[in-house]
Parts: sequence; C-alpha cells; structure tokens
Amino acid sequence: MIKRIVEKDQYFDSVFLMLINSEIKGLEGVSDAVVSMGTEMNIQLLKDMNFADDAILAATPNDLVVAIECKDEETGEKAVAAVYSLLNKKKEKSSGQIYRPRSLQSAVKEEPEANLVLISLPGEFAAREARSALEKGLNVMLFSDNVSVEQEIALKDLAVGKGLLMMGPDCGTAIINGQPLCFANVVSPGDIGIVGASGTGIQEVTCCIDTFGGGITQAIGTGGRDLKDARIGGKMMLLGIEALKNDPATEILVVISKPPAADVAEKVLTALEKTGKPSVVHFIGQEPEKGRKGLYFASSLEETARIAVDLSKGVSPSSSTFTIPEAELRQIVERESAKLAPSQKYLRGLYTGGTVADEALILFEREGVTVYSNNQKKEELQLPDPFVSKEHTIVDLGDDIYTVGRPHPMIDPSTREDRIKIEADDPSMAVMLLDIVLGYGSHHDPAGAILKSLKEAKAKAEARGGYLPIVASVVGTEQDFQGYGATVAKLESIGCVVMPSNFQASMMSLEIMKKAGSL
Amino acid sequence: MKADKINRLFESDLNVLNMGLESFSETLSGRGVRSTQIDWTPPAGGKADLIEALDFLETRKEDIEKANAKALEIIQKGKPEIVDIQIAGEVIPGMTAKTVLHAGPPVTWENMCGPMRGAVIGGLIFEGLAADREEAEKMAASGEILFDPCHHHSTVGPMAGIVTASMPVWVLKNSVYGNTAFATLNEGLGKVLRYGAFSDEVIDKLRWMRDELAPILRKALKLHGPVDMKTLIAQVLQMGDEGHNRNRAGTSLFIREMAPHLVMLDEDREKIAKVFNFMHQNDHFFLNLTMPTCKCLIDAARDIENSSLIVTQARNGTEFGIQISGLGSRWFTGPASRVDGLYLPGYTEEDAGLDIGDSTITETVGIGGFAMAAAPAIVKFVGGSPEDAMKFTQDMYEITMGENSVFQIPALDFRGTPTGIDLMKIAQTGIYPVINTGIAHKDPGIGMVGAGLVKPPVNCYEDALKAFKEALK
Repeated sequence: MIKRIVEKDQYFDSVFLMLINSEIKGLEGVSDAVVSMGTEMNIQLLKDMNFADDAILAATPNDLVVAIECKDEETGEKAVAAVYSLLNKKKEKSSGQIYRPRSLQSAVKEEPEANLVLISLPGEFAAREARSALEKGLNVMLFSDNVSVEQEIALKDLAVGKGLLMMGPDCGTAIINGQPLCFANVVSPGDIGIVGASGTGIQEVTCCIDTFGGGITQAIGTGGRDLKDARIGGKMMLLGIEALKNDPATEILVVISKPPAADVAEKVLTALEKTGKPSVVHFIGQEPEKGRKGLYFASSLEETARIAVDLSKGVSPSSSTFTIPEAELRQIVERESAKLAPSQKYLRGLYTGGTVADEALILFEREGVTVYSNNQKKEELQLPDPFVSKEHTIVDLGDDIYTVGRPHPMIDPSTREDRIKIEADDPSMAVMLLDIVLGYGSHHDPAGAILKSLKEAKAKAEARGGYLPIVASVVGTEQDFQGYGATVAKLESIGCVVMPSNFQASMMSLEIMKKAGSL
Repeated sequence: MKADKINRLFESDLNVLNMGLESFSETLSGRGVRSTQIDWTPPAGGKADLIEALDFLETRKEDIEKANAKALEIIQKGKPEIVDIQIAGEVIPGMTAKTVLHAGPPVTWENMCGPMRGAVIGGLIFEGLAADREEAEKMAASGEILFDPCHHHSTVGPMAGIVTASMPVWVLKNSVYGNTAFATLNEGLGKVLRYGAFSDEVIDKLRWMRDELAPILRKALKLHGPVDMKTLIAQVLQMGDEGHNRNRAGTSLFIREMAPHLVMLDEDREKIAKVFNFMHQNDHFFLNLTMPTCKCLIDAARDIENSSLIVTQARNGTEFGIQISGLGSRWFTGPASRVDGLYLPGYTEEDAGLDIGDSTITETVGIGGFAMAAAPAIVKFVGGSPEDAMKFTQDMYEITMGENSVFQIPALDFRGTPTGIDLMKIAQTGIYPVINTGIAHKDPGIGMVGAGLVKPPVNCYEDALKAFKEALK
C-alpha cells in the first residue's frame, strides 16, 4: 500500500529531505519512499512510480510531498509519524531563535556588512539569486548545479564587471580568509594562494600542503566548467589570479583544473606569468609544459602541493613517488600481494571525490592499464552498466547516476557501502582503492560508516581462499572535526593500507597488483 | 580587470548570508564566523512562466521602483480626516435609490454567498423597496437592483459590506490629496446586517442608527472639528490594537474624543446615553473608521503608471480580488478561501462561510494583519502565539515597499509597520500577504462564528503579475 502526505507551503531544502528519505526507506516494512518538494520533476517521478494521487498531482514546488510504499497500515502509520518527527526536528531547531530574513533583500538590510553569499538552492532558482547578490555588490559562492552555461556566462560577466567573486556554479569547495566554505578542510594559514576548478582537487591539494608543512592564504573555487568550456573562457580563474596577484599575503600561486580549452590554457598561463609570483600549474591529465618563466607544472595533485610548499620554503622543487621509506614500502607490497588467489585480477576504485577518481584513472592509464569508468572520456571504456564493474574499474560515486534521490556519497556513505557489498562478492577483485574525504560538509565519520562493509569484504575474500588488499587515502587534516589520525587508525584497525595521498594510494595499488602478477 | 573588491574581502571579516543547505551556515557560525541563514522560499511559487514574467519585469526595475517610490510617498504623506456623517445616497458618487453596494470584487446575485444575500435582503427591506424576504429576493433577482462593489465608489464595507441609499456613512477626506472615502457606521455584534441578518431587530437598529445615532454623532463631530485619523491609529497601535480585528483601544479613544462634545449637545440625556452605550458595547465601532481611513490613503496612490502597488484586497464571500495601481480598475480574482481559525462555542468548520469583506483594505497601508506584532492579544482570537504575531509582521516587511512613517510597533523598537504591498516582491519571495479576519456563518442571519487567518488565493497575484508584465512590455 502507499501512504501519502501533501503539506501545502512547507518548503524544505532538498538535501535535508533526501536525508529524511534515506531514513524512511530504511524503516522496516517500507519498500520504497519519496520525500521531496512538489517540483515538476519530482511529481513526474511519483507518477512514473505509480505513487501519485490527485493531491500529489496538484502539488506545487512550494509543497512538501511524501509517498511511502509499505507493507501494511501499521508500518505506514509508523513511517508517516517518523517523517513528521524528522521534519519537526528542523522546525524546533529554528523556532525560538531570532527572526530569520526570508529574502536576500531583507538579509542585506539586517546585515549590511555581509560580503559573501553562499547559495545551495535548487539550480532552477539559484541563478537569479546569484545575480541579485552580485547586483547588491556581494561575492557569491554558488554550490548549486543545474545552472546553464549561458547563465554562468552572464553571471561571471556581471561579476567580472563589478570585480566580485562568482565561484561556481557547481563550486563545492573554497577557503576564504581561512574559513572553509561548503566542502572544505581546516588548513594551516600560509602564503600559498589557490584558484581551482575542481572541488576535491582543491581539497586534496590544500590537505597535502598542510601535511607537507605549508599553508594557504585563499582557495578560490571557479566551478568545473570555468576553463573547460571555451565560452566561459576561464573568466573566474583569471579574476582569481588577478586578486591573488594583488594580495600581499600570497607569495605562491597554485592553479588546478581539468584540461582547459587550448586558448584558455594559454590565457591562464600568460596571466600567471604576469603575476611575477612563482606559480604551480596542474591541468589534471595533461602533460606538463616546459620552458615557461616562473611556472612549474605538476603531474599529480600531491606533486602540485609539494612543489608549492618547496617554493614557499625556498627550496628547489623535489620529485618522488613515495614518501615512505623504500624498505617499508617493499614490505607492505610483499605482505599485501602474497595471499591473492589466482582469480583476483582487477582493480576496483570506489571513489566519492570526482577529481581524485579522475586522478587515479589517469595514473593507471599512464601505466598502460585499461580502466573502465563512468568518468571515462573514451566511449568504449565507459561502463556498460554503471552499477556493475567490468575488469579494472574506477567509479566516481558522486556522479548523478548514483545519487538520484540520495545526497552525495561524501554526505551519505550508504551509496558506497552498497557498492562495497556488491564488489565483495566478486572473486575477480584484486585490490580495492578508496578515498576518504574529511572536512566540513562531509559525513561525521566517513571511515567508520563503511568499516563494517570493508571488514566483510576482506572476510569474504579470505573465505574464498584469497585475500583482499584495501588501499585508501584520507583527504583531510588533523584539524578537521573528524580527525585525520582517528580516521587513519580506524582504517588500519581492519588492515587497510592508508597512504598519504591519492597519488600514492593509486601507485601502491598498482605495485601490489604488479607484484601479485595480476597486471 | 579589477579585483579590488575581492582584495577588500580578503582584508575583511567574512560575513556570510546562506541560502539553502543550513549546515553550511552552522559550520561557519560554529567557527565564530558571522553567518545568517535566509529562510528562503521559491519565487512565484516556482512556476516557470511567472519566473519568466518576473525576469522581464526586473529589466524594468528602475521604472517600477520610481513609480513605487511615488506611490509609497503618497501613502506616507496622506492625511485622512473624518469630516462628516452624511446619507449615502446624497454623498457617495454614483449612488442611486436602487444601488446596492457590496464588499469585494463584482458579483452577481446568483453567485452571492449566503451572508451577502441575507444582507442584501435586509438592505432592501430597510430601504422600503421590499416588504419581506420573498419580495426582496425576487427584486434582487429581477435585475432592477444595481449591484456594484463598494470599491467602485470610494467606499469600503466590512463583511458583506452592504450599503444602500439611505444609510448614514462616515465621510473622510484626505486633506493632502483631496480624495474622499466612505463607510457605514458599525452596527455592533450579534445579529447584524453585515453578517447577513435581516430580522426586524436588525432593521430596527439600522433605523435607530439612521435617525438618532448618526445625527447626534454628526453634531458632536461638528463641535469637535475634523478628526485626524492617522494620528489616532498611530496611538491605537501603541495600545495593543492592529486596527482590523482588534479595535478596543480605538473605540475607547474615539469615545474619549467625542465625549466632551456629546455631553454639550442639546439632546435628550437618554438619547445621548444610548449613543455612548452603543459605542461602548461594540469593540469594533472603530473598524468602520480604520477601513475608510486606509481606503482614503491608498486611493490617492491609484493609477500610477508602472507601479506594482496593491491598492485593493477585498472579498465578497465568493471571490477574493486585488487591484494594482499600475493596472487601473482591473480586478484579479480567485476563489475565496476557507478561514483557518478558532470557532465560537457551538460552531464548527461546517458552519463557516468563505472569506468575506473589504476589511483587508487595512493591510494595504500597513495595519491589520501587517501590524499584528503591535497586538499580541489578537493571537488568542485567531489562534497562535505572540511569537507568531511577531513573525507575521516581520515576514510582511519582505513584501512591502517601506516602513510606515506614522504607524509604529513598540515591540519592534518602534519600527514603522510594513507598508505598501508590492506585487513584485510577492512574486520574488513567494510570500503572500497575511490576513486575519472574522468568520461569518455560511447561512444568512446567524452572524459571526469565529475568527482566524486566511491565505489569499495565489492565482490572483499570479494573474496580476502576468498582466503587469504585458502592461510594461
């Protein structure tokens, strides 16, 4: 049977509702549930599921709609009560507080000193609020996606004209004045300024900088399309570089992006040269250039951080693959590869961070390994079924195909947990490779949440007469509220190999597989 | 390329406004960063065609803002005064012996709700046009009677809002802009015409009001001279009234104004005492003065090109309608809503008629529901907590053009009330005007059964927005 609720004029943000949704789905006797706002798309979804009735069909984007498929009236009642109690938690939290402004306009009136607006509204509404913020002279960080390229161009033109930050759309990470915004880590202050077109890229680089004893001034996010799309042409990247050039606290610049459109890359490099400050460039997956004055090209996120820290410390940039001693390294490879069964041949990279997933993919390809992935640019290497791994596979579980109706796996680890369980039953898996992303925005215990499933995966491999090496890297710092050390300890407690960076974790996986003869 | 504003940000303390995921704001607050969560709702109900209309209108922002500034100034500067009591047929423009004015947007006899029909019957009997209900109904249906909204005649009426030719009316004049406004005298509670009652006692009371109450008050008013209503309303807001559903302080103040002059009249003492008693026993006596005051203020701001000011919100028990300053006399209507409220003992939701009356004129100039924060006692009447009353008023700042220069709210540190409802801001924020109101029985002649809050039908604001876009194209 289906239990339905329509609450008129009750607006809740979608991530909050998705969290409720996953709790309700987990209730006993509930086979499916939709807790969402009555947007056109959601109502269509409910229609397709045969969950809609007249009241649901009549709902507007301002109405809360709930449909719960449950085994009987009693479980239905319980689920409905659970929905209300979860919703009320939020209300209780907000009642009894000082009055909250209902619009940007009145918020600005009440808070005239405001200088940055964070927007994580549904994409269809986000652009107009961003425009209105820019028009009011406020810097913007636009977390929302589903904003068109045309809208992005218009917003960035407006921002450039006014000399304001327009970070995003789809900008998940920034650190401004030492404060982590959205998905970001607590990183030591220093003299390295970053402009990045990639969220987890910025996270990995800032955390590595922290680990290597460096620190940052600002980390400006631009949104993933800024350099990639020639029409946007790196507008925000160039403005960010200009701001960091003028920033007296910034001595070294770092630029991170997926491969830019050709003429955009040239514009960015020229702009960096003109800053007169040493700059590190990492265009993920693109071969480093040579012979550009004051520019250092890095081939991995970790190396990007290392060069920047070396420059900051005034030593000449070093390069090495592993930071742990050779003997120890050999010992780990030996230990982890020894017990693999002959059937164990393939890598399974299960990522929550898009850019770190890309990095692993590129590293393996560079070593001549053919990898299937939902992030693959080569069509023939895209996964025929994204939910089923094929040979060597790296999945970016933050991809929309995996997150329909669920929050991003950095927030809700259940998406990856489900995938780990599936992989655990595959005797052809040789090594499991993971990223654990800490910091604000992320789950309060991303390692703890998947620990049980990892342990079971190892046990299953052993039951089949083999052994499952699990190699992970933790993107985070000791100051992050989840704690870097505590997270590493948890993973190591069940026998995971934890490497200091995604680059090293990938290389370690490679070494283990080579040694075991699966490559 | 200049980035100096970004560099200024780097040198300032971060101060964040957050729209959307609340945890982003909580994170920052937890780190000691100043961060304000905005309680956002989708604009224009999230509807694509309306957002498109809004996007277009925002390109005409300058013209609209200029027009609205002018409109707001007119409301702020207006000065309505009670100047007289006269007979409707002699003073209201366009009034004939067979005209019946009613509340809300235009409505035909066929489509009138129970209470309004009852009031029409009472009005026709009062005028001597019909002897009883049957005759009155026949006449009303015959087409002989000219039904017209009060609003088409500078008039406002509570509930059914029926005005006929020989009823006495308050005459208010805006001494700055010269326009006038009219309203009948409030009949009190219980069985009254405005709730659709038309029994003999109702008609007898109307006659007494015409023959004794009005002439006596008129004489006292002449001795007093014009009464400055704006000042009086400013005072009542500081005494716990909001001027729509709570008028206890206002009625008391009005009696105080009139008393020295009433006692000086060369009239029978018992008649004078009856006038005092009548006002004393009716907390809403003052309502029929706040309403024409508001009408007098807002009418001066009608017909301003490009202005998105809402100049009328009114209901006839069948439909709710609004008018926009920049769109002339065109009505935008939607079905009248059910009132969500508390019921008097013995009555339930089953008994309730739909939303009715011109009293929502009060909200258009910043009193009534918009000033609920000034009247915490009202929440018992409409259901809710004093905290709700504060929130209602604070929400209304989101959809108004400015803060009233005269009407103030003590509990908000004497902030001016939210004034001048802006159609554009309603669309931008998805917030609709708050309305508190009495509930009439659905059948004629029974009267008030409760009170509560009502949500206006959103389609009239949506239709108005689309028409406004067409007008500005």
